Amino acid sequence: MAPAIAISAAFFLLPMARLAVVGGTGRQGLAAYLAFLTTPRYFESLVATIVLSTLVTLATLAIATVAGLFLERNRFPGRDVLISLLTFPLALPGVVVGFMVIMLGGRQGLIGDITSILFGDKLVFAYSMAGLFVGYLYFSIPRVILTIMAAAEKLDPAVEEAARSLGAPPWRVVRDVILPALAPALIASGAIAFATAMGAFGTAFTLATNIDVLPMTIYTEFTLRANIAVAATLSLVLGLITWLALNAARSLAGSTVAAAG
Amino acid sequence: MKKRDLLFYLQLAFTVLVCLFLIVPVILSVMAGLAVDFFQGIKSGLTLRWVGEVWNLYASTIYLSLLIALACLAVTLVIGVPAAYVLAKRQGRLARMIEETLTLPLAIPGLAIALALLVTYGGLREFRASWLFILVGHVLYTLPFMVRSVLAVLSTGDFRTLEEGAASLGASFWQRLFGIVLPNCRSGIIAGSLMVVTLSIGEFNLTWMLHTPLTKTLPVGLADSYASMRLEIGSAYTVVFLVMIIPLLVALQLYGKPRRRRVVIEEETPQTAAALAPRLGAPEASR
Repeated sequence: MAPAIAISAAFFLLPMARLAVVGGTGRQGLAAYLAFLTTPRYFESLVATIVLSTLVTLATLAIATVAGLFLERNRFPGRDVLISLLTFPLALPGVVVGFMVIMLGGRQGLIGDITSILFGDKLVFAYSMAGLFVGYLYFSIPRVILTIMAAAEKLDPAVEEAARSLGAPPWRVVRDVILPALAPALIASGAIAFATAMGAFGTAFTLATNIDVLPMTIYTEFTLRANIAVAATLSLVLGLITWLALNAARSLAGSTVAAAG
Repeated sequence: MKKRDLLFYLQLAFTVLVCLFLIVPVILSVMAGLAVDFFQGIKSGLTLRWVGEVWNLYASTIYLSLLIALACLAVTLVIGVPAAYVLAKRQGRLARMIEETLTLPLAIPGLAIALALLVTYGGLREFRASWLFILVGHVLYTLPFMVRSVLAVLSTGDFRTLEEGAASLGASFWQRLFGIVLPNCRSGIIAGSLMVVTLSIGEFNLTWMLHTPLTKTLPVGLADSYASMRLEIGSAYTVVFLVMIIPLLVALQLYGKPRRRRVVIEEETPQTAAALAPRLGAPEASR
């Protein structure tokens, strides 16, 4: 136990505290802590990151709920293969995911080729916010699908039967029975997807260094502008947001989200 | 089994589409890495030339990644398993607080942790320049997985009763350790180890900030090749990475689920693979 505490204290707690001190003792002093609100460039980057992450989370939840419920409820040949393929990208790091997006939507990408044959116009979306959106979808879908399948497995079919026998149409069964029962899993996996998208760095790094999401802004401030105090405060703001999102999900969804940490 | 209706086929088509979205780019990059000419595709012939070039350019990154992954595994085993054991035995507030602190690095983006390490220890030149600096980051980030995965197994089984029983029958600490504790958390240790190695090999966020030109790991090299090499080389490098990571993933799917255990189980053993999945996801807060 002691070594674990020592490592955590020396290499995590102490450096995080140091980061907080560095953030407040730069050129601007404590004002650096407000820089993310007062400097338009940082504020816009923060807002863009939150909007992007929220959209990714909602899209992922929608896609993963449909696919996850379907896979959990139906048995058919090839199901296991589909599940394996869907969970395969779990271990791909952000940089590789960025490269996958380039394969799809880059200058020599598949989608560009298809659209140039169909419409005579090459669609290239990889090196922008749209590419980032696709990349974040790519690494969020597998995780969320697994969580939803695990939750759907525990649903009690008797409740749905009851609803159906009482005359509820399918969409009402989905809205009033299935979705509420899946809510904890949706909240938990949604929070993870959101936090992941907020902090993702590798994908944006591969796609383009001029996409203004918060992790890229922090990276630029630190390496190119040597503005260490602002980089420190922005990372603390970012860390606070992801931590709050995960914690809020944990208290909303109950103890089942213990894994969200 | 019900009769398949239109809805079934619509959902199937949708799911297959999602699957294609995830897999097609992987196939494309494998093809690009093995084809003679990417623009002509596979029909230009297959070659290992690009893989060979990757080897010439980046072999050192592959060795370093393996070294760091194994060192990281050793550290997390030595530190994480005892920590999980203690956390499983103690129920107090302090134990929960320690557990929270140990898992906190998962909730904070790797970029922030890397910056914190840099401002604190960046001045220690020797340390900063060695691969140990990267190892520290990897341990912080993988330790929670080892602790959680061992803890998950220990808290489902009734190992405390077993251990007390053994102790009352006169078993020494070492007998209990090797006879009861370790066999009972074996599946957790295996799942945790596979995860630690997989995550360490693929870690980019922390590593990009912590690396030096002399301590490049595989993902750092990947980023480098994507930015500055021709597409075939980046693709071939990705293929090398996939070849390293896929066996680990397969093993994780096989051994990630704890088998039905011999000990008395109070409640149904959770599907660890599914339960761990969100955790495998969580670190991507630090992606």
